[in-house]
Amino acid sequence: MRVPMEWLREMVDLPAEADGRAVAERLIAAGLEVESVETSGGDVSGPLVVGRVEAIEELTEFKKPIRWCQVDVGAQHGGVRGIVCGARNFAVGDHVVVALPGAVLPGDFRITARETYGHVSDGMICSQRELGLGEDHDGIMVLGSGSVGDDAGAMLGLGEEILDIAVTPDRGYALSVRGIAREVATAFGLPFDDPGQRLADLPAPAVDVAPWPCGVDDPGMCELFTLRRIIGFDPKAPTPAWMSRRLVACGMRPVSLAVDVTNYVMLELGQPLHAFDGAKLRGPVRAGRAGEPAPSLETLDHVVRVLDADDVVIRDDSGVIGLAGTMGGLHTEIDDDSTDLVLEAARFVPEPVARTARRHRLSSEASRRFERGVDRVLAPYASARAAQLLLEHGGGTYAGMTAWEAPYSPTVIAMDADLPERTAGMPIDRTVTVGHLEQVGCDVSGEARLEVTPPPWRPDLTDPADLVEEVVRLVGYDRIPARLPQAPAGYGLTREQRLRRRAGLALAAAGVVDVLTYPFMGEDDLDALLLPSDDARRRAPRLANPLSEEQPLLRTSLLPGLLAAARRNVSRGMEDVALGEIGRVFLLDDGQDAGGVSDPPRPGVEGRPSAPELAAIEALLPAQPHHLAVVLVGAREPRGWWGAGREATWADAIDIASGVASLLGVDLVVRAATDGPFHPGRTAALVTGDRVIGFAGELHPRVIAAYSLPLRACALELDLDALMAAAHDVAPAPDVRTQPVAKEDIALVVADTVPAADVAEAVRAGAGELCEDVRLFDVYAGPQVPEGHRSLAFALRFRASDRTLSAEEIAAAREGGVAEAARRHGAVLRGG
Amino acid sequence: MSAPNNPYDPVAVSTLEPEAIDAMVAAALTAIQGAADLDSLKAVRLAHAGDRSPLSLANREIGALPPAAKAEAGKRVGSARHAVREALESRLVELEAERDARVLVEESVDVTLPTGRAVHGARHPLTTLMERMAEVFIAMGYEVAEGPEAEAEWFNFDALNVPPDHPARTMQDTFFVGSDRSGVVLRTQTSPIQLRAMLERELPIYVVAPGRVFRTDELDATHTPVFHQIEGLAVDEGITMAHLKGTLEHLAASMFGEGVRIRLRPSYFPFTEPSAELDLECFVCRGASVGNPEAPCRTCSSEGWIEWGGCGMVNPRVLRAAGIDTDRYSGFAFGMGVERTLMFRHGVTDMRDMVEGDARFSRAFGVEV
Repeated sequence: MRVPMEWLREMVDLPAEADGRAVAERLIAAGLEVESVETSGGDVSGPLVVGRVEAIEELTEFKKPIRWCQVDVGAQHGGVRGIVCGARNFAVGDHVVVALPGAVLPGDFRITARETYGHVSDGMICSQRELGLGEDHDGIMVLGSGSVGDDAGAMLGLGEEILDIAVTPDRGYALSVRGIAREVATAFGLPFDDPGQRLADLPAPAVDVAPWPCGVDDPGMCELFTLRRIIGFDPKAPTPAWMSRRLVACGMRPVSLAVDVTNYVMLELGQPLHAFDGAKLRGPVRAGRAGEPAPSLETLDHVVRVLDADDVVIRDDSGVIGLAGTMGGLHTEIDDDSTDLVLEAARFVPEPVARTARRHRLSSEASRRFERGVDRVLAPYASARAAQLLLEHGGGTYAGMTAWEAPYSPTVIAMDADLPERTAGMPIDRTVTVGHLEQVGCDVSGEARLEVTPPPWRPDLTDPADLVEEVVRLVGYDRIPARLPQAPAGYGLTREQRLRRRAGLALAAAGVVDVLTYPFMGEDDLDALLLPSDDARRRAPRLANPLSEEQPLLRTSLLPGLLAAARRNVSRGMEDVALGEIGRVFLLDDGQDAGGVSDPPRPGVEGRPSAPELAAIEALLPAQPHHLAVVLVGAREPRGWWGAGREATWADAIDIASGVASLLGVDLVVRAATDGPFHPGRTAALVTGDRVIGFAGELHPRVIAAYSLPLRACALELDLDALMAAAHDVAPAPDVRTQPVAKEDIALVVADTVPAADVAEAVRAGAGELCEDVRLFDVYAGPQVPEGHRSLAFALRFRASDRTLSAEEIAAAREGGVAEAARRHGAVLRGG
Repeated sequence: MSAPNNPYDPVAVSTLEPEAIDAMVAAALTAIQGAADLDSLKAVRLAHAGDRSPLSLANREIGALPPAAKAEAGKRVGSARHAVREALESRLVELEAERDARVLVEESVDVTLPTGRAVHGARHPLTTLMERMAEVFIAMGYEVAEGPEAEAEWFNFDALNVPPDHPARTMQDTFFVGSDRSGVVLRTQTSPIQLRAMLERELPIYVVAPGRVFRTDELDATHTPVFHQIEGLAVDEGITMAHLKGTLEHLAASMFGEGVRIRLRPSYFPFTEPSAELDLECFVCRGASVGNPEAPCRTCSSEGWIEWGGCGMVNPRVLRAAGIDTDRYSGFAFGMGVERTLMFRHGVTDMRDMVEGDARFSRAFGVEV
């Protein structure tokens, strides 16, 4: 809401020294968000005068049509001057704004007499935008009035301060100069004579013309509906300059007197108004629901809209003629010949208007106000004010008003008089509380228990807490003291929260850089990841309104985002990078549909929902486990003066997963596996207990190609929640043996289809309790071993907790390991 | 040399004369001092202290002396040999020290050569910053609450006193999951966690809730559709706006330094009443840049205050939706953007740096902010 200071001053007797900035400060302290204090016309200086176009010569020899105009700017400014102008929206006799040589327009645009298009242009005829008054650059400003030679700057309100206020959804009343003026008066402790409660003087209605009949078909949509009629109105009557100026200052564009008056009164009082052309109406005008079958309507913006049965509409005997409270219909619009004006002022119910506006994606000045709740009783006052202005400036005869009104019984809120002080945590006297409530417009009675009736322009005041806010904001939030509450002893982070932080640190320690990617992906990603049709990761929730049609799905894997981030790094010259992410993925279960349900449970909010109700709400949501993923591209160790670097391999991916798990106290078991995005021969399933919780290895070449990554890129992804579930609640201490260690190496020849980890596991099992470590240190395949076999060399360490092992004990344990490997996998001791 | 002595026929032996012994010692000491390295010293030791050295031979002659002379000669030779050994030992220590020093010098390297074989990782500064802020509250006894990112509309809006078709719903452009009537959205704020905390926990409740939130804004330098908030909630008997203010002051001091002031401005949020915007006094210029074009402040654009978040007293309607007795309990809540906090606390000028996953960005922060 833009509010010119001069308009505020008209309603509130502000001291002269209270400038825009001072008013803004007080309003901010009272809770109105003043975003800026602008000066209309910005930095215009120098001579700017009203001129009258005396003659126009069309110059046609140029690429575009140019006018050579003679403009009378008044004897005191040199009389008639020749001015070249490219605009065409004016005629001889029009009054225009002329910037004379020496003037400076916004953007440090200096006006001089200069030769152009073969003439010396002795000044410039200005458009709205050139004056910094708005964005309108369609043509130059044609003034409705003014005397030649007058100071146009003063007339246009140049240099006038304008407050720009962002109005929160609860304060509909602040979408009017009247509403802001009340706050200003309160903030400065000045009296306020509310123009919204003064009925404008109108002549007695004509006796020979009936007012236009009205009605309301659905009181659930409209509580108050009025029509005032003026006949014999002069459609050519100009809008007075002061009104145009205020409209422009408020960011609206003057159109015609009738339209301008409705807009003006809306800005002034906060009541949206609509003017119909009586000649185009058929029968009584009624407000109600669109109903079935859904009619269509061409609105003022020339869009033909198919209506919804629940839309709030205005209709006459011809059908629907407007979207109530949102936008009028084209076919009953007033035009250049309209002389019979029917002025609608109503109080529509907020929610239906909000739904209507949202359905049609039409947010208008009117709908913004109706959604927030327009003053319940204002309509007849506002339409009287509008009728008064129309009659005064456009002539005609007043033909009376019709009205329909639902009974109005304002809410009475009971509030303990000490609630504001109990809420604020500082002393606030009852008299202060009552005083501030009255300043807001409430009627207050009662002593310890107050009975408060909010004014009709404050439909947002419904609860005691709302009244508390009014009182405390007017007392001043800055006066509230600061104290710390005493929370009971807490338990710190939960185990999951701690472990998640540890996992993040473990990744960083492993050289992985954490990123936070958007959790969106596309069908293309699912295909690019080579996921089979029955893969759970294809069961992704879908956004109804994605930012990009390419990425309508919620991620079921962290990889698409990470792979894209890796590619971005490579393209920016970071060819060697390890990126990781810990974040939630979204997985639908078998009973859930990507489109969701259409009748979700919506328990009331008057009390705690029942357990089954809460369970029903939870059942709507997809599973959202935390995953951990890493992508490795390029070198794991960089090239340097020490020699060649080392490219990241499948082994690094597995190692990072095992490392993180190990730091969380989980032994991850690694098994050969295949998984969509991974190279089928270079992928490990990561297992704890019996559960596969993730995969690690080299990415599938087609995945690498699809994401344009360097060859041999590697990755891992695991279900971090599952990993954390496998971690110890309380970590057991290890058995640290201090007796001498015995070291034995063995080489086992086994078929090369047997995984090394299985052989190691067999050796460990067979070697028994004395064996504290089995480490593979060499793998050999070649002429020394049979075809299809390989030799695996293990370093074994034996130790007892209570004695030095004898040679016999060591030999027995070693042979036990060899024997178990032989039994399980047919391993043969090499050279044995 | 001399023939074996007949013990019964002692004879005077010229080599045992004091002059001769002194000469041997002098020769030995000169040789020892002249030994330039350990190898030379070894040769000197052989020549002057070995079995066949003059002093050793002289020692052997003592037996041939008459008993009266034996004692004196033995003493003389003994002290001479001792002097030579001492000299050898001390020269050995000297030469070994010289050798060791030389080896260490020879082994020296250029320690300024790059050592970065292990590339360092980092955590995302937003994650670290959220943890850092949460820790301020954990220290006061709060616990960290969490909730799902794909959230029920009931939690995200209805129970937070934002009924369907309320204009406040359009304040936050919402991603709908499934369809716009499925009842599931990507949470537009961390406030639904408040509700969950109130439904799940015993009173009194003191929780802080960091998390990811979503709004349908296009990504640009100052907006991102996916961002983070941190939310605080206290529900207890006798909670007041003064408690809210004291808590936020403590947070501001913890994050921006002792004495940084905060300011509450009346505002509107459906789930708090009364509501306030939270402003932070500029921790860089402390307001000195206001109206002072000589010393402009980039952090606060010379406004003196930085918009930081929103807060207020939990709307009793919200407490009621969680089944809390509003006659007995009241609460405060606050929330702020983590991206925004990172931007002004650390001078990040472009939101895109936080979301594009450029390794250079996270790496610069390490694991602490």
